[in-house]
This record gives sequence, C-alpha cells and structure tokens, in this order.
Amino acid sequence: MKKELTRQQHLDLYYYMRLNRAVEDMMVKLFRQNKIVGGLYSSLGQEAISVGTAYALEKKDWLAPMIRNIGALLVKGVPPRDIFMQHMAKYDSPTKGKDGTSHFGDLDNLHIVSPISMLGDLIPVMTGVAMAGRYLGQKIVAMTWIGDGGSSTGVFHEGLNFAAVQKAPFVLILENNLWAYSTPVRKQVPLENLADRAKAYGIDSYIVDGNDVVAVYATAKEAVERARAGEGPILIEAKSFRRMGHAQHDPAEYVPKEMRAYWEARDPIALYEKYLSTEKLLDSRNKKEIEEKIDTQLVKDREFAENSPMPPPELAETGVYCTGDDCHKIRAKWERPMAEVTPPRSSVRAVWTVPGFGSGKGSGGANAPIHFGDTQPAAREPGNKTNSANGGKPMAKMAVKAAPKKTVKAGAAGASRKARR
Amino acid sequence: MAKANGSGANGGGSNGTQVTFLEAIKQAMFEEMERDPAVILIGEDVGVYGGAFKTSEGLLERFGWERVIDTPISESAIIGAACGMSYCGLRPIVEMQFIDFIVCAFNQITNFVAKGHYLWNAPAPMVVRGPSGGGVHGGPFHSANPEMYFVHTPGLKVIYPSTPYDAKGLLKAAVRDNNPVLFFEHKFLYRRIKGEVPAGDYTVPIGKAVVRREGKHLTILSYAAMMHTSLEAAEALAKEGIEAEVIDLRTLLPLDEETILHSVKKTNKCLVVHEDTKTGGIAGEIAAILCEKAFGDLDGPLMRVASLDTPVPYAPTLEEHFLPNAKKIFSAAKELARY
Repeated sequence: MKKELTRQQHLDLYYYMRLNRAVEDMMVKLFRQNKIVGGLYSSLGQEAISVGTAYALEKKDWLAPMIRNIGALLVKGVPPRDIFMQHMAKYDSPTKGKDGTSHFGDLDNLHIVSPISMLGDLIPVMTGVAMAGRYLGQKIVAMTWIGDGGSSTGVFHEGLNFAAVQKAPFVLILENNLWAYSTPVRKQVPLENLADRAKAYGIDSYIVDGNDVVAVYATAKEAVERARAGEGPILIEAKSFRRMGHAQHDPAEYVPKEMRAYWEARDPIALYEKYLSTEKLLDSRNKKEIEEKIDTQLVKDREFAENSPMPPPELAETGVYCTGDDCHKIRAKWERPMAEVTPPRSSVRAVWTVPGFGSGKGSGGANAPIHFGDTQPAAREPGNKTNSANGGKPMAKMAVKAAPKKTVKAGAAGASRKARR
Repeated sequence: MAKANGSGANGGGSNGTQVTFLEAIKQAMFEEMERDPAVILIGEDVGVYGGAFKTSEGLLERFGWERVIDTPISESAIIGAACGMSYCGLRPIVEMQFIDFIVCAFNQITNFVAKGHYLWNAPAPMVVRGPSGGGVHGGPFHSANPEMYFVHTPGLKVIYPSTPYDAKGLLKAAVRDNNPVLFFEHKFLYRRIKGEVPAGDYTVPIGKAVVRREGKHLTILSYAAMMHTSLEAAEALAKEGIEAEVIDLRTLLPLDEETILHSVKKTNKCLVVHEDTKTGGIAGEIAAILCEKAFGDLDGPLMRVASLDTPVPYAPTLEEHFLPNAKKIFSAAKELARY
C-alpha cells in the first residue's frame, strides 16, 4: 500500500505539520489577548490527518475543510495571514469579516469550498463538485472531512449514499477523535470502527492511524487515485484524539486525564520527528531551518493581520446577491468536447434495463397521467380550456375555479393517485 | 414598471402557439439545455419516468444520462450536489417532486446555498423548481405553499408565476441568473390553463410584477393560481360597478414595490389574495410596506384573503373551505370598496 515518498515530500509533510501547529499556537496567543472575535477550535494532535490527506491531492483537486482542518488549508496554499485575519474578523480576510474560522473558500484558484457550521452538509456538496468535475472532463477528485460526531447526521447518509450511487470521484475522511463536544464516541455510534459505515453504501473504506502522517498520506494517496480512476467514493477512518476542548472556552474536564496522557505520548509531530531522524531524513540543522522559516513567516503574517482594519459597517449591507457578469463571470471549464453531451450525440433510449429481464418502456408521453390534479389533457378537449375570443387581451380567459368539483377525472389520474410515501 | 400589454401574459406575439402551463415549463428546460450544456436537470424520477408531472418528459432521450439525473429520495443530497455543481460553473435545475419536500433540504438551501455569495463570494447559479399549491385534493403533504419560508431568506430569489408565458420566460431567466432561484409551479394550473408563448427565445425579468387588469377603485395583489381567481372576482365586481386593478406579483423575492405602490397610490385601497396561509404570508409584508411608504394614500385598511391557518386538509369539502375562492375575494373587495 505504501507509496515511496521522496525526501522532499517527507520534509513537506513535516513542514506543514509544524506550520499547522505554529499557526494554531499563535492563534491561542491572539485569543488570550482578545484579538480573536469568536471561538477558536484546535486540531492539536490531529495535524497528521489534515496534512497527510490534503497532501495526497493534486492542485486541480477540490477540498472542503472542517473546523479542525487548518492544516489542509495550508497544504492547499492558503497563507497563514488569511487564517489569522479570518479569526480576527479583519477587512482583508477572505470573507472581509463576514464569517470567521475556516469558513471561507476559493472557487477559482485554490478550489476550496467553505464549510458551514451544520455538520455533514459538505458531503453532498462535494459529491456535486466531483460529479461536475467528471461531467466537464476535469479528472478531479473532491475531498472533505467529517468527525465521529458529524457522521451521525442525516445528510452524511444522504450524501455518501448519493456519492456511492453516482460512483463520484470523492474521498471522505472520517476523523474519529473520540469526542463530539462533550459526548464520547460510544454514545454516538454503536460501532468499534466507524469505517464500517462504508459497508452500508457498498463502498470501500480504510482505517488508518491518524497520528502517523506517512500512513495517512499513503492511504489517502491510494484512495484519491482509486477515486480518480473511477472506482467511486472511498471512506477513510483516521483514528486520533481531540486533545483540547471543543473550543478554547472548554477545559474538557469530562475527558479522563489518563486518556489525555495516553494520546499526548503519541503526538503525531513528535512521532514523525523520531521517524525522520531514524531514517536520516531530518537533522537538527534542517529542523532549525524549518522552524526559522515558519517563525519568520508567522511574525510577518501576524503583523499584517493585526494591521488590517475592521470592515466598515456599511459592508454588512453588500453582497447578498450576485449582480451578474460584472460581479461573477460564471463559465464552466470544459476539458472534454461539449459535443459529447449535446444532441444528437447525447441522445439515448430512455428506458430502464434490468439485468435478466430486459427493458421497460419509456414514459407515457406528454399526455400521460400525472400525479395529482390531472384533468383530461387539454389537447383532447380543444376549445374547452384554451384561450379563445380573448384577442389581444393580456389575460387568457381561463375556466379556473379555486376548488372545482371535478378535479380528478377517472382514468386520467386515478391510477397515479397513490401518495408518494 | 411592467404593464399589462406587450410584456404581459401572452406577449402579444403573433407566431406563438397555445401551450399548457406544464408544456411551457418543459419548453423552458428543453430550450435552456439545448442552448447551454452547463444546464443539467437533477431530481427524483425526472429521467426515464419524465417526472411525476411529466414536466421533464423527453429530456433524457435528448440530453442523455449525464444531464438528466435520477436521484435517490434524498432532498438534502440533491440540493447539496446541485450547489457543488454550480460552484463548478454548471447551472443545475433541481426538481423537487413536490415542493412540499423542499423543507427536507431546508438547511442546505437556507444555510449553504443562500449564504455563500454574501459570506465567501461564491455564487450558486441553480434553480429549484417543483409543483406546489392545493385545490387538487393532494392532502396536507402534497399541497403546500412554502414560499414564505424562503422569502425570509436573503440570498434567494423566489418566483411564483401564473401563466404559461411567464412560466417559460421566468424559468429561462432563472436558469440564466447567477443566484439560487426557487421556482414554484402551481400544479392546479399545469394542465388547466393554456396560453400563448412566442416562437422564439424570450425571458421575463425577475422581480417585476405585471398589471393583469386595470381598475381605479381598489388594487388586488395576487400571484399563481389565486391570480386567476382574483380576476374572476374582478369580473364579478365590475358587474357591480367596482373596477378592481389586478396585479400579478410573479416574483415574491425581490418584491416589485414600485408597481405595487404605483397602483395603490392610484386606487388608495389594497386587497392581497394568496393561497398561502394567512399568518406570515406575503400580505403581512405588503401591509408593512404600504404603511411605511403609502400610509397617507390609503383610504381603507389593507385586507387579506388567504387560506386558513391550518394544514391543508384532504377532503374536498374541507379543502374548499380552507382555500380562498372568488366569492371570498368578492366579499372582501366589496367591503373594502365601501371605505
């Protein structure tokens, strides 16, 4: 399963994990100085998941982070200053102060979709991105993350099921950090392995040690390439632990001290450093260089963020609607001939074929019975419901009554009056 | 401001044909998919079956499996996927098999789709359309008018047409709009009315009401099926010497305040008729607008004729009692005219 990484790739993973942690450490300081407007969520101890999975994507691929995936944003190319400014609600932030945390995206360049706070919603959205990419011939993969808690939402099921039916090139990382706010995973899901959820959708899954960045990367890489090759969506359960509370305000005293200590001893960055030095991929000089590079960048980015103004109040009134081409030129990026999806080449026989039983018939035509409220099709009653003798008047003379006595005529709709559910 | 003639119900085209409301919607989808391969259709039973109401009949044959997508019964997934597609430059048309089921995707629509442009500059050019409304004995879960849940959501546009001409022209405009548009199709009208649509391509502007009948004594504001019922009442009122001006709102969000205010400043009286239930219906919003912007012009109270504040009942006797009708509109208008 393991794909061999080059030394540079090993160091990239190290750099991004260190950057991830340093960005969050700096934000904790900013939070304590009251410079962060809202909540601050931590991915301490889960950096290997964000970094290892996002690193498996290509530049053209799409991702949508959750709240603890700052590492994935950094790998995708978001500068730390944008993350600082988002949290500080600054005018120069990606959302200009309209939203905080990791709630921002970039459709045109980085291919990032913004999350919302309602969990699971990204799963169908990224399924749609994956389907659109396939339709346009882009050969992309879409990736998003969900927690152990979020995996209990209805939209998780709807989204993953639909992705599976569509065989969408989609990879879902189920980050099992054992706690959903204050509730342990045992009280959320009656499964030892959340990856088992994949069986319900007939898709493949992996379980990986979420604190081992090389394993995370190798697993994600394999999943991404399988999805890209058309094998359909893949679920990866990355097992880890949320070392901080739900957010900064939460001391998480509901977590046993011993449990925290167990996971602190398995810190993904410390483990990886040990591995790198054993494999002779990192020495103290490399380490120092990386640390200095990160320090220099973050000091600069923090300064930029602190100097950015708050948004002007009137900005609150703007941007609810796209005003047209002056606002956004929306153009699909076709990477296959459009002729393949336009008539006559797109034409098909619209019937269901059931293996072993042949084909059914097509739809009953324009005058087929409809579900409710049918009348005799207008075509069969010329002169009755049609607009006659009304000349240039704007309003057709229509025999419309609010509640007619004869709404559903026998035969026309009787067969289809069954309620849908 | 739109006037009755020209841009009105029939467009005045001489080369047009008479089509049903349903056929007009199908034509709009067909022509938009023909025009732009970024337009796709997604929903439950929209492909092989052609939709529960046959609005997408023939689209799969013409445009193929990639562009006409039958889905599982998963409204949140359908809306979510369409949103993701729209982020990639596609322009999905989503069919809700019955518009009642749109509330299953309420979170996706109101939190994800509607807020994206404001928050992170992400336009979502998609249309969510489906059969709405009562009068066909569909019962409490197949007769809803849930438009006001969404009129209260900044970032959406909400359209509710009453004629084949408008249904086609507004649906085409909705597909070409860069914003998420909810498009309500009153199923009572599907095969009951016919109207002229011109031969060529045309759109009807979103956010413009139209005067369907000119009058001077009072203004009746309505939309969808109740627009026709209001016109029927207006004919009866005319026989008693009361000339009602009937305005078809067509778009509920954004609301065409200009056309409303222009008419009410002329007639000085306003009656709002909608099939949606009374409390929280668009009439309340219009009342507030008139109080804010035309208080001095009003010679009488704003009056409302709407459905009862109950679920839509199933039995024909109950449903007929529940719904507004021409008689109820006639009585309210006569009372208002006395001021």
